[in-house]
Amino acid sequence: MMGSENEGFEEAHLYASKEEMENLVLDNPLNDSNSYSNYRSAMSSAISDTSHPLAPSILVTPADSDPILSPPPYRDHLYHNSPTESSYIEPPPFGDNVGDVNGVENHSLNLDNFGRFSRSASWSTSSSSDSEYVKITVSNPQKEQEASNSIVPGGGNYVTYLITTRTNVPEFGGVEFSVRRRFRDVVTLSDRLAESYRGLFIPPRPDKSVVESQVMHKQEFVELRRVALEKYLRRLVAHPVIKRSDELKVFLQVQGKLPLATTTDVASRMLDGAVKLPKQLLGDSSVVVAPHEVVQPAKGGRDLLRLFKELKQSVANDWGGSRPLVVEEDKEFLEKKEKINDLEQQLSNVSKQAESLVKAQQDMGDTMGELGLAFIKLTKFENEEAMFNSQRARAHDMKGFATAAVKASRFYRELNAQTVEHLDTIHEYLGLMLVVHSAFSDRSSALLTVQTLLSELSSLESRAEKLEATSSKVFGAGKSRNRKMEDLKETIRATEDAKNIAIREYQRIKENNRSELERLDKEREADLLNMLKGFVHNQVGYMEKIANVWTKVVEETSCYAKENS
Amino acid sequence: MIATRSVSGSSQSPRSPSSQPYLSVSVTDPVKLGNGVQAYISYRVITKTNLPEYQGPEKIVIRRYSDFVWLHDRLFEKYKGIFIPPLPEKSAVEKFRFSAEFIEMRRQALDIFVNRIALHHELQQSEDLRTFLQADEETMERLRSQETGIFKKKPTDFMQIFKDVQSKVSDVVLGKEKPVEESNPEYEKLKHYIFELENHLAEAQKHAYRLVKRHRELGQSLSDFGKAVKLLGACEGNSLGKAFSELGTKSETLSVKLQKEAHQLLMNFEEPLKDYVRAVQSIKATIAERANAFRRQCELAETTKLKEINLNKLTLMRSDKVGEAEIEYQELKVESEEATRMFEMIVRLMNEEIVRFQEQKTLDMGIAFHEFAKGQARLANGIANAWRSLIPKLEACSSS
Repeated sequence: MMGSENEGFEEAHLYASKEEMENLVLDNPLNDSNSYSNYRSAMSSAISDTSHPLAPSILVTPADSDPILSPPPYRDHLYHNSPTESSYIEPPPFGDNVGDVNGVENHSLNLDNFGRFSRSASWSTSSSSDSEYVKITVSNPQKEQEASNSIVPGGGNYVTYLITTRTNVPEFGGVEFSVRRRFRDVVTLSDRLAESYRGLFIPPRPDKSVVESQVMHKQEFVELRRVALEKYLRRLVAHPVIKRSDELKVFLQVQGKLPLATTTDVASRMLDGAVKLPKQLLGDSSVVVAPHEVVQPAKGGRDLLRLFKELKQSVANDWGGSRPLVVEEDKEFLEKKEKINDLEQQLSNVSKQAESLVKAQQDMGDTMGELGLAFIKLTKFENEEAMFNSQRARAHDMKGFATAAVKASRFYRELNAQTVEHLDTIHEYLGLMLVVHSAFSDRSSALLTVQTLLSELSSLESRAEKLEATSSKVFGAGKSRNRKMEDLKETIRATEDAKNIAIREYQRIKENNRSELERLDKEREADLLNMLKGFVHNQVGYMEKIANVWTKVVEETSCYAKENS
Repeated sequence: MIATRSVSGSSQSPRSPSSQPYLSVSVTDPVKLGNGVQAYISYRVITKTNLPEYQGPEKIVIRRYSDFVWLHDRLFEKYKGIFIPPLPEKSAVEKFRFSAEFIEMRRQALDIFVNRIALHHELQQSEDLRTFLQADEETMERLRSQETGIFKKKPTDFMQIFKDVQSKVSDVVLGKEKPVEESNPEYEKLKHYIFELENHLAEAQKHAYRLVKRHRELGQSLSDFGKAVKLLGACEGNSLGKAFSELGTKSETLSVKLQKEAHQLLMNFEEPLKDYVRAVQSIKATIAERANAFRRQCELAETTKLKEINLNKLTLMRSDKVGEAEIEYQELKVESEEATRMFEMIVRLMNEEIVRFQEQKTLDMGIAFHEFAKGQARLANGIANAWRSLIPKLEACSSS
């Protein structure tokens, strides 16, 4: 008789929780191909939400009750400084093991020798080949109260996060230290970095997302944000230039209030600018761009006059008959830019198809599981109602089949969770494209500043010439003419200075662009190759597992093999 | 063709076909005939036999779906108690009716249908079967159109019968006693089993069908993914570009494998499951017949008794109606005995059939599981091998 009936029912019980899992509908974050950030935020919630269907099942079912499962080391590797661990790519080892899943993986992947743009696995890896490291952890969110100057009733509550840094880099002057920061501080840091490092591909900070904070549970939202912050800071320290920046050091180390200039909002800047403008037009205040402002773009600044001038210049560039005095000549750059645009398009396309692939794989796993469950129920039914031995034999066959189907289903789901992680590289690089465009626009706005100053200089100089020419004719206007001439010469000198600064700035940004593009190419090649390897190894490993499961069933049902097949 | 599957489970000894009686049929060559709304599919039915009742060792006729329906209905009427092999459904959606897949599924199902009849020790002796396998097309058409309401059960009739069989609470009609039902606990158990079984099987079949779809969807997405990856590879250039390009090509190859497996799954697993469901429905029809027969037997027994009482009364009264009544009574008695015989035959047959059914289904499902597992193992190994072949190429890329 079927002594093994009970086994089947235990499994049915285990997998009853799978039914619950199956009822957790994944809210189609995979549908909208344009908002990959939605996908990414959904994915990061998936990773942190242990009851999510895509989470590796170890989080749902305790490992010891199921000899087949063992914790996938994958998630651990996301944050470990272990470049030599090949199991980053390999599927998790299994208790009922089939040994050499792929003979290949053990001479592993010593790829992580330079800082990665995007792969979260290598965020904490050092960017030079000597083993310096900077490891950042964000934890312990706490509610705090603003000092009671707040006008808004009940306002003034905010969350701070504990940011812990462990490092052996001497410039930090310490091995381990912690600070508390709020999100606003992160925004400040990000803005200051954007100002200081124009032209570099600076990792984008997490969104402010006001809407999400209203819609989600506070806890969920805080957790999401914590994860995002950690990711962001790790990217910053992985960037070869940014990691040495003062702004970042200050952010990570200085206790108490963040000693960086806070960002004022656009409105008040415009307001300041509007106040200044009349004075500028009346000649009371400087009409020349101050040196420290030249190095910043006109847009978003307080100098409205400068803004208007550059606007005029840009219109002249586009519509005017004459070519501006300095143009983007770097052919190599223009080619690169073309290529970046093409790359972005292809990445976007792959990203969309990758989402469909992941959904199809998930569906396959789900349906396979449902089929298995249906047969488990049938097995139970036939056993309970059995009147003939043929029924018991059939119930036995069904159980073997159903068990295999449920196992295969789980493998598909695990494979998929890891596929998602691997293919996420594509999304990361898509996100990076925005940063690249922003660095390119740093370049073009710097160029615009130069062009504007050059035109201004040339018009000032022609004014000076005219003044020179006319002066001799008018009698008695000598003194005022001299003064005007002096003023004009002064303005010309100041403009000349500003122009030189602007040109230097433009060159600097150009060089930043160039070196970053080089870095991007190198790292992208390595990251994408890594992604392909991971994807392929994963598929091989899990497909072998699945094949084994079914081969066993083939053997068990070999007595039914068709004579003529 | 399922010529060699034995019915009772005992294996046939390997003798030459000419000495062992055999009857094997194949349904082949679906051809679309007619135009527009009148269009239909015709099949070639090839009979090979050494049975003396047949017109020769081989006969080929042309039949259409409604001919098979005729055969099924005739058998159902004549062989009460036996589970008549089920037919594939009448077609559903119009545009699907002539798709290659539907035609193939139907052909396979019809082939199985006829062969099951040919292998059933009672049904294979049916004259209607011989007509079906041998008559020329005009005769067949005539017979087909002769089918009247007597043999054709309208859907509403079936519904009513099922309701009666299923309901525990009988209708009370005109204050009469409740209509009689068997009070046989074992039979009750069987009926309950059959009804529950249908539900379970229907659910399994639903998931099986979905699984076929999933294979197709995964195949499609692999194909699209492969194309996109190839384009990305073209954009990247250098060794990474090549890697992408190879990945894309592999992906497209796998897409083909998945589509193939989807078809296999449909024909070798989903269809057998559907067939199982149909078989259970056929049993339900037989259950209904048995209920009818039981009721008829009871009614006739009661009526006969009443007639007997009346006859005795008349005899005592020395009425001149006695002769008439005597004749009526005798006629009724014969009918009643006939009804009882019929009912008992159905009970006996059903008991045999149920054993045969269970054994057959264990065999059918065993084969289905075997084919499923074979297909999945083949698919998974194919996928693993394809991706594995990429690994050395990817390794080569990173070292360059």
